[in-house]
Amino acid sequence: MGVSSKLGNLGVVTTTLDAAVNWGRTGAMWPLLFGLACCAIEYMGTQASNYDLARFGMELNRASPRQADLLIVSGRLTRKMAPVVRQLYDQMAAPKWVISMGDCASCGGVYNNYAVVQGCDEIIPVDVYVAGCPPRPEQLLHGILTLHEKIKGESIRNWADDEKWNAESAIRV
Amino acid sequence: MSVAPALDPIEAVKNAYPQAVEDVVEYAGEITLVLNPDYLPAVARYVRDTAGLVYNFLSDISAVDYFPDYNRPGRFGVSYHLLSMLYKRRLRLKVYLPEDEPSVETVTSVWPGANWPEREVMDMMGVDFKGHPDKRRILMPEDWNGHPHRRDYPLGYETPMFSFNVEEIMKHKPKARE
Amino acid sequence: MAIQTADDNVNEMNEWQGALDELKGLVSERALTGETMLLNMGPHHPSTHGVLRLLLELDGEEVVTCLPDVGFLHTGIEKNIESKTYEKAVTLTDRMDYLAPMSNNMAYCLAVEKLVGLDVPKRAQIMRVICMEMTRLNSHLVWLGTHAIDMGAMSVFLYAFRERELLLKMFETLAGQRLMGSYIRPGGVWRDFPPEFMPQLEAFLEIFPARVDDYEKLLTNNPLWIDRTQGIGVIEPEKALAWGITGPSLRGSGVAWDIRKSMPYSSYDEFEFNVPLGEHGDVYDRFYVRILEMRESIKIIKQAIKKLPATGPFRSENRKFVPPPRGELGRSMEAVIHHFKLWTEGFAAPDQEVFSAIESPRGEIGVYIHGTGGNKPRRVHFKTPSFIHIGALPIMTHGHMIADLVAIVGSVDVVLGDCDR
Repeated sequence: MGVSSKLGNLGVVTTTLDAAVNWGRTGAMWPLLFGLACCAIEYMGTQASNYDLARFGMELNRASPRQADLLIVSGRLTRKMAPVVRQLYDQMAAPKWVISMGDCASCGGVYNNYAVVQGCDEIIPVDVYVAGCPPRPEQLLHGILTLHEKIKGESIRNWADDEKWNAESAIRV
Repeated sequence: MSVAPALDPIEAVKNAYPQAVEDVVEYAGEITLVLNPDYLPAVARYVRDTAGLVYNFLSDISAVDYFPDYNRPGRFGVSYHLLSMLYKRRLRLKVYLPEDEPSVETVTSVWPGANWPEREVMDMMGVDFKGHPDKRRILMPEDWNGHPHRRDYPLGYETPMFSFNVEEIMKHKPKARE
Repeated sequence: MAIQTADDNVNEMNEWQGALDELKGLVSERALTGETMLLNMGPHHPSTHGVLRLLLELDGEEVVTCLPDVGFLHTGIEKNIESKTYEKAVTLTDRMDYLAPMSNNMAYCLAVEKLVGLDVPKRAQIMRVICMEMTRLNSHLVWLGTHAIDMGAMSVFLYAFRERELLLKMFETLAGQRLMGSYIRPGGVWRDFPPEFMPQLEAFLEIFPARVDDYEKLLTNNPLWIDRTQGIGVIEPEKALAWGITGPSLRGSGVAWDIRKSMPYSSYDEFEFNVPLGEHGDVYDRFYVRILEMRESIKIIKQAIKKLPATGPFRSENRKFVPPPRGELGRSMEAVIHHFKLWTEGFAAPDQEVFSAIESPRGEIGVYIHGTGGNKPRRVHFKTPSFIHIGALPIMTHGHMIADLVAIVGSVDVVLGDCDR
């Protein structure tokens, strides 16, 4: 992208710009209204009033992937659904992040068989893995906050560099 | 309106269709009538409509694969679980089907609700239901090969990872990078 | 899918023939000529009932027919269970109908007990009744929340989930896990009620009836709600029975069939409760039947607390099938042998088949188990209500508009994990 070439190495300006942009991104990250199975019910529980997600600006689930920033794969990903999830991920506009919520999305979970994809990272790159079956709302919140920390560590200098700003730096919670 | 007294299903079906009943199994308080597959729709309609039996509700259609057990009359056993809401009792009609070209006539003309359970048996076991209005696959993707619930179909898993084989497995495991 | 009109040029029509061929018998003739529109309501859509794909044939806004396409959540649980012992399979059954996990456990355990002839002590039966009625409340709260939010009433969702948190806390006290407890095992329940459970339950029962009144105040006499739900999605009773519909959806049409009353299991015959029935079979009746069922569940739980025997085993003592408590392992050699045999190999079941059904919050869950004579089942098949109800969607939605379709799918209370297993 043109930004890094234009900015060059301006030190203080880029760090302040980094902080501002990352603050904007983490402040109101809109998840895609997407839920597969049981983890989606815990996700809805996280969103409801007891473990409120609105305090992180995430109470607004966008139904359209073009308007969403975050894809939380919550539930078992089956072989029939896999192309659909890939299409949804492709339709999301950058910057986008993926949280793999629950054991089934992270590694296939309890189901080691013909119908379940052994981990959604076979199809889409994942930023944070949240373990649990289903994960408690506190665990999911910890995963989301870990993602926020990860985003705050990103920098403009890495945006244009495809290899650095994606899948390799996934964090397991 | 008085209710007709309940008939004994075994006797009633044997009297009406003597050549249809091949075996009767009673276990754990349940009655299973093993039928000749050609007579299945006729017996189904009979037990649904006869006063005293009135098995008006089809609970489930399930199929078993007896492979590689050769002690059974056929490789596949398709069970129709019926419920009589009036007399509050259940009945099972079972047919055994051979290994090559297992097929039986559909009961969607007797209970329209049999449509989807039969589709599931067609998809997962490969049993054909003659006359079924919609023979597409239901649970597996349309282009899937094979019938997963058969006993000779592999469970199809990823080898469980231990520390000695994790490198080998991770080398071949697809991982999306972008 | 693009809109097809009769004015399209011949090449495009020829292209379409290939894709429409398989639908020839299923959609009406007007779809093939392009008079009606085929719209895909894809597996990802905001009515969060799961990954259900509906292929709608629309005449303007009106649905001529709808073809549901399921299988996006098919997990192969039935085949997975064939490689597990009977006790270990209980954890897999939790995850089918994930809104009412204990009813799946219960249906499966009843079938296993029927197959091997295992007794269930009285205290365990009453404990199971309490768990199942709490699960019913749990499931109906989620149904209420999601049904209302599909129709635009968002606050009901938040209230329902607030009550649900109280129930989940109690489940966590019992089973250690909020959702998938696997608390109900063959022979009884996993462990006795911990001492902090009863006070929590009684406190919950104090406040909950007032909360149900709150939901009724918001919805039952609300003219918007009534406009959107009365007269929509009517199912006649004979058609409902012919298509295999059970549970509150059947009772909304006026058919008095509740397995808890008609073919009682687990000492339900000792409880006094009513079975609410609807009259017209529309969305409003199904909604009101479930609200009344919540009140009946409260009644049942209160009676169960009184009936609960103060002492007694919480699980069968038949050591051929039920592992001994860990305290006994230090004192008795037989206990060690039973423990070893049951946890490594598991118990054996005869080469027979059984079918057993219970009344889950959604309808009738039936479990068909065929044993082999060994420690693993030959075949376990779950007849789940959501599967049958989605199959009956075409007759329910004929002639309604798309917005009504959302209301109907919500009122039938389908859960895709239940449907696809």
